[in-house]
Amino acid sequence: MKLSEVQKILQAEVLCGEESLDLELDTACGSDLMSDVLAFTKRGALLLTGLTNAQAIRTAEIADIKAVVFVRGKRPDEGVIKLAESKNIPILATRFLMFESCGMLYENGMVGVSQLKEAVGDG
Amino acid sequence: MVEESSIFGKGFTVRGGDFANAGEVSCKVRNILKEIGINSDIIRRVAIVAYEAEMNVVMYAREGTLSFEVTPDRIKLVMEDEGNGIENIELAMQEGYSTATDEIREMGFGAGMGLPNIKKNSDDFKINSIVGKGTRVEVTIST
Repeated sequence: MKLSEVQKILQAEVLCGEESLDLELDTACGSDLMSDVLAFTKRGALLLTGLTNAQAIRTAEIADIKAVVFVRGKRPDEGVIKLAESKNIPILATRFLMFESCGMLYENGMVGVSQLKEAVGDG
Repeated sequence: MVEESSIFGKGFTVRGGDFANAGEVSCKVRNILKEIGINSDIIRRVAIVAYEAEMNVVMYAREGTLSFEVTPDRIKLVMEDEGNGIENIELAMQEGYSTATDEIREMGFGAGMGLPNIKKNSDDFKINSIVGKGTRVEVTIST
C-alpha cells in the first residue's frame, strides 16, 4: 500500500516527507512499545504509534521502518519532526485511535507481519 | 584489541541518563555499516543489538562504550558500562522482567525485552556483570 493511500484512509496530516507519499509499504505494525517494534517488525514496514518522542523516530531508522503515523491525535514537538526530516522518514498524524487506525488500514488491504511471512513462504 | 583481519572498527561513548540523544550512536553505527556495504539484513540485526544495548546504558548505567569491529566473516559488538551491574542475569534475560522506572517506560522501553532482543539477534552472545561495577555484553553476528 502506498503512503498516499494510508494518508487518505486515515485522513492524516503530513508532518514531514510530503515528497515521499508514493513510498510503497509492505506491511504495518502498531505499538507504543519500541522494543516490541524492534522484535516483531520486518523491514519496509509502516509504524503506527502513540509515542511521539525521538525514540519513535530512532526506532524507525534502526528497524528500517519506512514511515511513521502518530495516532490518537498526538503531535510530536518540532525537534522530533526535524529529526525525522534529517533521517528521511516521513511522519503523518491522524486523529483516529490505534485500534481504529489499524482496522481501517487492514480493511483496505494492508497486511500484518505474520501474514507477510506466510506470503513469502507460499511464494 | 583490533585484530589484524579487521576491516573496520570504532568505539563510541554513551552517557547514562542522556535520553535526548539515546539511540544516536546506534544510528551512526548503522550508517557506517551501510557505507561499508554490509548486507542490509545483517545491518538491521547489528543495529537492533546496538540500539537495545545503548538504551540499556542510557537507562541504567553512568557511562558506557559501544564498540564494533568488522572482519571478513563477522561483526563483533561490545557494550561495556560503568554502573550498578545486574544482580540476577538469569532473571534479566527473561522476557518481561524489568527494573525500569516510569521515565524509562515513557520512552517506549523498559518492558523487559532488551536483553532477550539482543540475544535473539546474535549468533554468539556473552554477558558478564559485577554488581556495583558494571556490565559487559559481547555479541557476534556472522556475515
